[in-house]
Amino acid sequence: MTREPSPLGKDLIGLEELTGEQILSILDTAEPFKEISERRIKKVPVLRGKTIVNLFMEPSTRTRISFEFAEKRLSADTVNISASGSSVVKGETLVDTARNLEAMRIDMVVIRHGSSGAARFLADRIPSNVINAGDGAHEHPTQALLDLLTIRDHRHELEGLKVCIVGDILHSRVARSNIFGLLRLGAEVGVCGPMTLVPAGIEALGVRVFRRIEEAIEWAEVLNVLRLQLERMQGGFVPSLREYNRFFGVTMPRLEAAPRDLLVLHPGPMNRGVEIDSDVADGPHSVILQQVTNGVAVRMAVLYLLAGGAPERAEAAKKGGMG
Amino acid sequence: MSERTRHQPLFLQGGRVVDPEQKLDQPLDLLLVDGRVAARGEGLDSPEGAEVLDCSGLVVVPGLIDVHVHLREPGGERKETIASGARSAAAGGFTSVCAMPNTDPVIDSPATVGFVAAAGRAAGASRVYPVGALSLGQKGERLTEIGELVEAGAVAITDDGHPVMNSGLMRRALEYAQTFGIPVADHPEDLGLSRGGGMNEGLVSARLGIRGKPNASEDVHILRDLLVAELTGGHIHLQHVSTRRGVEAIREAKARGVHVTAEATPHHLLLTDEAVDGYRTDAKMNPPLRSAEDREAVVAGLLDGTLDTLATDHAPHHYDEKEQAFDDAPFGVVGLETSVGLMLTHFFHKGRIDLNTLIERMSRSPARAFGLPGGDLSEGTVADVTLLDLEAAWAVDPKTFLSRSRNTPFRGWELKGRAVRTIVGGRSIWDLDGGWSGGA
Repeated sequence: MTREPSPLGKDLIGLEELTGEQILSILDTAEPFKEISERRIKKVPVLRGKTIVNLFMEPSTRTRISFEFAEKRLSADTVNISASGSSVVKGETLVDTARNLEAMRIDMVVIRHGSSGAARFLADRIPSNVINAGDGAHEHPTQALLDLLTIRDHRHELEGLKVCIVGDILHSRVARSNIFGLLRLGAEVGVCGPMTLVPAGIEALGVRVFRRIEEAIEWAEVLNVLRLQLERMQGGFVPSLREYNRFFGVTMPRLEAAPRDLLVLHPGPMNRGVEIDSDVADGPHSVILQQVTNGVAVRMAVLYLLAGGAPERAEAAKKGGMG
Repeated sequence: MSERTRHQPLFLQGGRVVDPEQKLDQPLDLLLVDGRVAARGEGLDSPEGAEVLDCSGLVVVPGLIDVHVHLREPGGERKETIASGARSAAAGGFTSVCAMPNTDPVIDSPATVGFVAAAGRAAGASRVYPVGALSLGQKGERLTEIGELVEAGAVAITDDGHPVMNSGLMRRALEYAQTFGIPVADHPEDLGLSRGGGMNEGLVSARLGIRGKPNASEDVHILRDLLVAELTGGHIHLQHVSTRRGVEAIREAKARGVHVTAEATPHHLLLTDEAVDGYRTDAKMNPPLRSAEDREAVVAGLLDGTLDTLATDHAPHHYDEKEQAFDDAPFGVVGLETSVGLMLTHFFHKGRIDLNTLIERMSRSPARAFGLPGGDLSEGTVADVTLLDLEAAWAVDPKTFLSRSRNTPFRGWELKGRAVRTIVGGRSIWDLDGGWSGGA
């Protein structure tokens, strides 16, 4: 199978595999695509004739819909497969699912899967482009890319910026992708959470660990607040949600005590009153809804680049074809 | 063994005989008659009617013994059977293997122990010794009828694969087993510390987003087992030791006289958790591949005898089970057909171990630890012999395995040295050129 070479390679599995230059080219490509979603007719023919499968083996609303909008606004034909109501629940293995999809001659797969490494596994076995929409606790690259884009919108320069990721680092693919992406772009990265939810040895990745949220807030310029999965309480990682909010919650009094104005991100969906208080989520520090808007543009950029589009032609591509 | 004794005498002429029993390493002839080593010496006459094997250029060693293999039968015949496992052992130069009891059903009764022993005999390949479960159903609640298991052929008990979480049960096993003179083997792992883990806890697991099993999960149970063995005077056999602190604790316990024997595996001696990068399911086993520091400690332990026994933890899995996302793939790697080649290549040829010590770890120590025949080539000993070609160059090609499974992390490795003939009870059952010659 021959394809036009993409500046990203065949797949987008994780930001760990990308250079800073590649990450910046995705962000730069996303800029012109932002405007498409603001039009009355939100559609350009960039991916006309391409077939994309959204293979979601884990429940997802926001990411799946964001990808679907991105695909449709670029005129791709899309099919959604979710774990419930598919052959997956009938016991079909991932490799068989992949081979069957491939046999129907598709162009791209967007995969969400509960196991770390599942996206790489799929990418190594099919010639289609594979985009990782979250694999276990490994990576969620498009989420981190939209976070980076949103931070850049407000802080302009990522190099040297102090960003702290707060919450369940251990189980979070969002955390890993953000760490890899931010470090590639020269940001300083901190993580903060109860030590039950901070992986052992994470300092070796080049991040700073804060045990208290107050110290993290004092250090950081940007906070990326992760969702606390409610099952973590049953798993014994935190004694109670109330206590979690008391010691690790991002609250207005804590932000007001900070030495500078912080930018607050959250990948959603939020547990209001647990990891983030409502007055923060809805307040002046929050850029949470802008993240969602940027998510569509970033995903359009990734789809465009993997399909062989050139970053410098993205502006022209909006008007028609691959540019 | 009667079916093994009535055949032509074998005369092994002109080989370099290495026998750790007497620290022997010299050219000698060996005559095998009626399943025993009948004579050993320089320039022996070949008796009339004996089959003469020219062993010049080869090393003649007591048959290799692996006290830790999973033959999967009953219940997992898709991965391996007792017969295919016994042939795989023969092709790796092993004359005896000890089959772990975590099958379906579990080997926890005299009848199931008898089944494994009988199927092993029927295979007519390497000897298969059953290991019985420590607890009924390996549930960690009640002891099995250990005496009856031993009468039926069990050479040890273990709940391998299902760590004994109740220290009181471990105490009772170590006490009770003493009457029957068998070791209690343990897979040391505190599940409270390791549950959900798929690999070593460290930088690689943090990067890959795979839940880790920390060293401490193994160390805690090694220390527990050593203390309980000391308390009871029982014989604890610690399986597949993979951590630095574990090795240190065993070294210290041996020095103060605790009755402990312990294993190292080829994969823990040669690989680290970096091998998992890329989500390689063929590098997924339990205990996991650990850090370089741990690997070096395991090597040091093997060399100084703290880890007295080399064992493969041969754990076959069907290819489609390993062809999955990492978290979904089962633990385990096959090892029987690569073990001696890896050890010769990476330890003997690199000058890190001499032949006597290597054969001590691969034959004599395991034989003594589990009370098995063999382990030396003294006159009168059972005629289990392995012939090694130290210079044979070969590459690991899983397609050639006699095992039913192919899950090895050593695929494609270029090796120097291997077993070329395996003799069990005085009968040649496998050789490199003729392949399988055991019948049945």
